[in-house]
Amino acid sequence: MRRGPSVFNVTAVALGLAFLYLPIVILVIYSFNASRLVTVWGGWSVRWYVALWNDTAMLEAAWISLRIAALSATVATVLGTLAAVALVRAGRFRGRAVFSAMVYAPLVMPEVITGLSLLLLFVAVDLDRGFWTVTIAHTTLTLCFVTVVVQARLLSFDRSLEEAAMDLGCPPLKTFFVITLPLIFPAIAAGWLLAFTLSLDDLVIASFTTGPGASTLPIRIYSEVRLGVKPQINAICTIMIALVALIVVVAALLAKRSELAPARQVARGA
Amino acid sequence: MSAPPPAPQPGPQSGPQPAPAPRRAFGMRLLVLIPALWLALFFVAPFLIVLKISLSQTVIAQPPYAPVLDPAGGLPALREFVAGLSLDNYALLVTDALYVTSYLRSLAMAAGSTLLLLLIGYPIAYGIARSPRRIQPVLVIAVFLPFLTAFLIRIYAWVNILQREGLLNEVLLALGLVREPLALLSTDAAIVIGLVYSYLPFMVLPLYASLERMDDSLLEAAADLGCPAWKAFWLVTVPLSMPGVTAGALLCFIPIVGEFVVPDLLGGSGAMMIGQTLWVEFFSNKDWPVASALAVALLAILLAPIVIHQHLQSRTLGGG
Repeated sequence: MRRGPSVFNVTAVALGLAFLYLPIVILVIYSFNASRLVTVWGGWSVRWYVALWNDTAMLEAAWISLRIAALSATVATVLGTLAAVALVRAGRFRGRAVFSAMVYAPLVMPEVITGLSLLLLFVAVDLDRGFWTVTIAHTTLTLCFVTVVVQARLLSFDRSLEEAAMDLGCPPLKTFFVITLPLIFPAIAAGWLLAFTLSLDDLVIASFTTGPGASTLPIRIYSEVRLGVKPQINAICTIMIALVALIVVVAALLAKRSELAPARQVARGA
Repeated sequence: MSAPPPAPQPGPQSGPQPAPAPRRAFGMRLLVLIPALWLALFFVAPFLIVLKISLSQTVIAQPPYAPVLDPAGGLPALREFVAGLSLDNYALLVTDALYVTSYLRSLAMAAGSTLLLLLIGYPIAYGIARSPRRIQPVLVIAVFLPFLTAFLIRIYAWVNILQREGLLNEVLLALGLVREPLALLSTDAAIVIGLVYSYLPFMVLPLYASLERMDDSLLEAAADLGCPAWKAFWLVTVPLSMPGVTAGALLCFIPIVGEFVVPDLLGGSGAMMIGQTLWVEFFSNKDWPVASALAVALLAILLAPIVIHQHLQSRTLGGG
């Protein structure tokens, strides 16, 4: 018999979630504030969204950020998935320790170090800084997050399906694409989503590796915030939160479906 | 990211597999090679460059450091290049009080907020692990979700709350707890609030993963033998959750030491954390060699915790 949660347990979780969500809720509410003063409530209004619509520099930065995020997340997902499959399936190959060290280190590496070192690399090889350098930097940063998510999934799923396919003469590569890939797809999708939002969110590494004409949204927001609180910022933040929330809901629904999939297979087999 | 159950690791090929084995091994090698090459090129090579530039001198030129290696110059050029390297920047780091205090301040801030994160995160993780199985995944996602909604935005949200005319002061005034608005923004307290706020998911999730795996019968056994609940918690639950405590603490401590955004937006203009110092050296002073030396020293300081984290990570995720 499990013990149920006590009053203390429930309070701790409730307070924790309140602490995590209250600032976000406040920010969303204030994005609809009619008053120019961020701290005074002047009634509901969408004027900051209108102002944002006319802020071409901000919109342009948002467009650059979205493109970088989509591209780097996609490359990072491919590379990260390969790394995860290698770590789980390749057994003990030579250089495994070095390889796994390279994969996990970016997870905790302070961003100032990663950003500075990538910039110095780009300068050393004389690569023009801008869209592509930020994309490369973000791919490197987010790859390891994809690996961790996909690796967790690969470790927890039933290998007997793969073995059955190979026993029936299915070549390894085909087995991977027909059996393994569909089974780990939810994790791959989750990894992509994580990589996408991390890229969309990054200020430090982008600041180091960007060049003229490629200010990402966080860089733009940061320079505005330093000059003082501006109501448009609340508006664009709200839009970004809504976007991420939407993606997460879709991802959660996908994950739910795939969680049911094995159960369905079992039911069919019975 | 709920932790996977520690699955038994079958060898590279479980069972006899005569024909496809060599091809498969070749495919696997290729599989490792692609991400390995990427990381070697964009993660490891850059560090070597940082190391090299940290030994260089600042000059007003493009690139703003000397010596620059001329590969066409052959051996004499290489010798001259090596002769041009020096440890001057590191000497500066050790002797200038600005840098030393910056490092110490970062370590103190990180240690303090990690401790606070542990104290706040543990009851939350424990509460989630005790809640009905059905809603646990929902709570885990709820804790993780803010992490996906832009870090910068969440810190910025705290500027709204903490400033002099901000919400927190309004609430405190309305409740009569203070007579005049407190100076909250631009203080160390604001930095700690921001750090705890942004790193809380990193603390709660590993703690939850280790608490959730725990066998309840151990607590029942303790209770049956007459152990009071608080004592059982201290003697059974806490020791069993130590892997989660270590993982969470490292996952927070290491990046916080190098944190830039939180102290920059919420902190005062006085003492800087090392991430800020590095940023200023690079972007304002344009002193690339000193910034590089700062990065190398920071990495050296964090090496031990990073290695421990690596070790834990490869153990939880199997293999190794």
